Order: sequence, then C-alpha cells, then structure tokens
Amino acid sequence: MTDSAEARAMIEVENLTKLYGRRAAVHDVTFTVGKGEIVGLLGPNGAGKTTIMRILACFMPATSGVARVAGLDVFQESDQVRRRIGYMPENNPLYHDMRVREYLKFRARLKGLSIQESRARVDEVTERCGLAEVSSQVIGNLSKGYRQRVGLADALVHQPQLIILDEPTIGLDPHQIRAVRQLILELGKDHTILLSSHILPEVEMTCQRVVILHNGRVLAADSTQNLQQRLSGASQVLTEIAAPPDELEACFKQNQDIEYHDISPTDSGYCRCTIVPRTGLDLRPAIFELVQTHGWRLRELTLSRHSLEDVFVHVTRPDRDEEES
Amino acid sequence: MHNYLILLRRELGCYFLSLTGYVIIAGALILLGLGFAVMLLAYNGDTIDVPLTELFYGTMFFWLIVLVATPVITMRLFAMERATGTFETLMTAPVGDGQVVLAKFTAAFLFYLVMWLPLASCLRLVHHYTATGLEFDWWPVVSTYLGILLIGSLYIAIGCLASALTRSQIIAAMTSFAVGVSLFLLSFLRFSVGQRSGFAAQVATYTSMFDHMEDFVRGVVDTRHIVFYLTLTGICLFLTLKVVESRRWR
Repeated sequence: MTDSAEARAMIEVENLTKLYGRRAAVHDVTFTVGKGEIVGLLGPNGAGKTTIMRILACFMPATSGVARVAGLDVFQESDQVRRRIGYMPENNPLYHDMRVREYLKFRARLKGLSIQESRARVDEVTERCGLAEVSSQVIGNLSKGYRQRVGLADALVHQPQLIILDEPTIGLDPHQIRAVRQLILELGKDHTILLSSHILPEVEMTCQRVVILHNGRVLAADSTQNLQQRLSGASQVLTEIAAPPDELEACFKQNQDIEYHDISPTDSGYCRCTIVPRTGLDLRPAIFELVQTHGWRLRELTLSRHSLEDVFVHVTRPDRDEEES
Repeated sequence: MHNYLILLRRELGCYFLSLTGYVIIAGALILLGLGFAVMLLAYNGDTIDVPLTELFYGTMFFWLIVLVATPVITMRLFAMERATGTFETLMTAPVGDGQVVLAKFTAAFLFYLVMWLPLASCLRLVHHYTATGLEFDWWPVVSTYLGILLIGSLYIAIGCLASALTRSQIIAAMTSFAVGVSLFLLSFLRFSVGQRSGFAAQVATYTSMFDHMEDFVRGVVDTRHIVFYLTLTGICLFLTLKVVESRRWR
C-alpha cells in the first residue's frame, strides 16, 4: 500500500474472515473506505454486516485477515482505534435509567474528554441532534426516534474521524427516518461514515458507495451510480402505442437493436409494449420515429431505470449460489 | 484510573438513583431488624458475658442477609448489560476490560457495605440502654465489620463471575446463590470430619466460613482468614476478567 493511499483510506479491510464454530459469518472480505466517504454495507439479514462492524469497532477480533482504521490495526492498537470511532450498535442499546444529558456526559468522559470539553461537546451534539427539549428526560421514557438521536449523539460526541452505524433507521416511522437520514447526510460533510442497512432506498439516498454482501462475501462494491449503470445496460423501455399488434410485432422484429419485446393490448386500441435493447442503447428516439412514420398515436414512452433494489435482488437472489457451484 | 472512576460513579448511580438499591436495603433492614429483636429478647434483663456482636451473630440472620442479598446485588452487573446490548457500547468505548470488572465489583462492594451500616447503630443502641457506666468496646465491632467486609468481598466476586457468565439476571442470581450456599454449607463438614486428624480435617477447618466469622465477632483477627478471603476474591475476579475477555478468543 502506498503512502498516499494510506493517507486517503479510513477503513482498510483485507481478506477478513470470521468463523463462528465452523460456520463462516464473514468470508474473505476485502474493501476500503476513503476519508470523507459515506459508504453503505448492504445485504439481507445474516449477510455478515454486523459482524464486520463489530470487528471494526474492536468488539471482537477476526479469525483471519487484517482490518485497519485510519492506518491502525483494530486488534493491535484497539485502544487508539476506539478513540477514533463513534459506533452505534444494532438496536441502539442505551442505559434506560439515565437522563439524556447525564448519559451523553458519561459517554463523553468515558471516551477521554475532560469535564470542560465534555460539557461543550454535549451542548453541541444535543443541539445538532435536536435533543435540546428532552435533555433532562430519562432515556427510558423517550420515543424511539429520540432514542435513535441519543445513540447518534453518543456516536459523535467525541468528534470521531469515523462513524459506524449499524441499521440506523430500523424501526422508525417515515418522518423519523427522514430526519435521521438528513442528520447522516449532514454528518457526512465532516466525518467518514460506514452504515449498514437492508433497506435499499435508504442506502441509495445517503451513500456514495455501496458494498453488497451476501452470505459473508462481497458481491459488489461500487458507487451507487455505477451499480445502477452496470445493470442499466439492459434498461427497458415502456411504451403505449395505438397500433395493430401484428404490425407492431413486425416492426419490432425488424429492428436489430431490440433483444426482446412483449406486446399486450389494453383499452381503446392501445398496446402496452415492453422493449429490451440488445446493447446499452436508449431506444426511445427510435420508437418515436417508428410511431411518427406510421402515423400512430403514442401516449407513454418511459425508460425504466433499474433502482438499486433491482441490483440488490439481482445479485443476492438465492439461485445465484447454485449457478456458481 | 480515570475511566475506572467514571465507571464506578455510573455503577453506584445505578444502585442509588434507582429504586432497586433501596428495595435491597429495605429487605436487608427487615432481616437485620428481626436479628436485632431476637438479640434483645436474648438479653431479657440478664447479664451475658459475650460481646454484642457475637450475640447478633448467634441469631443466624447474618448469614441469611449475606446469602440472599449478595446475589441480588450482583445479578445485574454484567447480565443486564449483555441482555440489553449496552455491553457492546461499553466495550467499544476506549476502556480496559480490567477497569470494567474492577469498577463493577467495587460499586457492588460499596453498596454492600452501605447495606450493613445500620447494624452499627443497632449495636450502639443496645449498648446505650444496657451497659451503664461501661466503656463501649469497639474492637469486636471493628473486627465484625472486617469479617463482613471479607466475606462480602468473596460473595460479591462470586456474584460478578456468575453475572458475567450469562445474559439472564435470574440465572446469574440462582448460580451465585447456589455457589454461595454450597460454600456456606461446607462449614458444617467440620462437624463430621473435624474431630479426626489428618489432611481432610485440616482442610475442613481452614475452609469453614462459619468458624472464621465466629472468630471475627469475638474480636479475633486471624491473618489466615484474611488471606483465605482475599485470595478467593482475587481468583473469582480474575476468572470474571477472563470471561469478559473471552469474546476476543471465542
């Protein structure tokens, strides 16, 4: 690894494997996260997301492989690494008998801040996470949305370089999800963030890069746009044209660029067509021209982009394993 | 050291800022009160030539309090953190495993000592109404408290270990209660083998906690007893530390 790459990378994971008994929860995982990035770990339940995060947060060691945070080995220099990480575990465990401010102060002091520093930082994070009006309430009496914010405030109270969030929006209502997502995006401006989720729109909206995991292996690691593009080579066109189905059929068959088409007649003489191009071509101009030359009527023409969800379902579908083996 | 004090403060807060701590103290006070009443009845106007502390010890409420209260005090230490998941937040903060174990032990131990404070006032009260003109003999009280402290440290350490082994508070309490009672019952082994000479008899006498405490309430401080409790406490805490560390090599 060169010096410049080391300076840029916040997380380096190389050939990481974690065995529980004989079952591998994480198998030979390699990925890096650069400074200032927001990266999502995506995968179905049991894919190994939490295990990777626990290893990075120094809660438990890997069976083999190397994991470094800010160039420090998570096992050898665990104490130093923990000072640089803000970690919010799955389900956001908190001490329910403590008051919000008391809890944040306790955590800040535990993470090595002095009394003055902790006071200033706690003020700052309560403000930032919108906890000011509940700061003297007992955590056990707070709503789930507020508790989630307490967890986030705890994760960033010591100004860590890296924030690790395990399923930060699980169990929240849509309003709360939006608020937490907004907060994460804001935090991304001056922190590196690694978050996990199995909710795809979540990752699509907040992360610049995604690492897709399945059965403890990395299936894909790329920017969200690239992942979409990789599949949009087969992006299909949906259109509704008022024309005799057999004429349409003939036209589509003639066109060399069309790999596959499907025509189904709908109401008032319109046919709904799904057209898949042979290459990454955008078929819309060609279809429009076809309609114009024949003098047909057109009422819909859309390019259906593959969402990350399609990518996710595509790469993690169960029969993939059988194909490989 | 810095982290140890912060953790200790948090653990003590757990006992004294919530109802649990006061419920435990109230329960212990009821038993203590019963012991006190029995002790008063024993006096009943007669002159008895034994220290007050020995009289109290004779009521057996001492053992009842130690055996029942220590599992209740210690059961939540690790088990609750594991059950709620806060163990993960705690251990991913920059704290040492040893600091966590020591802070939890110290907090439970200090709470245990606070629980025993009313005994001193009971003894003082009895003395106030009986021994007119006599100097109050503090020495047996001090040695009794030394015994309470030593036996307590062992039982709290056993409770720590039991709590670290499981995520269920009930199982933690049952385990430490069972171990505690077994240790106590070992004392009675002396009555069956103690008369004989030989190694078994020596071991039985050495491990008889019943006899140890009898010495302490009489004002006898035997260093063998002190060593016995300190080593066992140390071993239990060491094992607790290993259990807490075990997540690293499991």
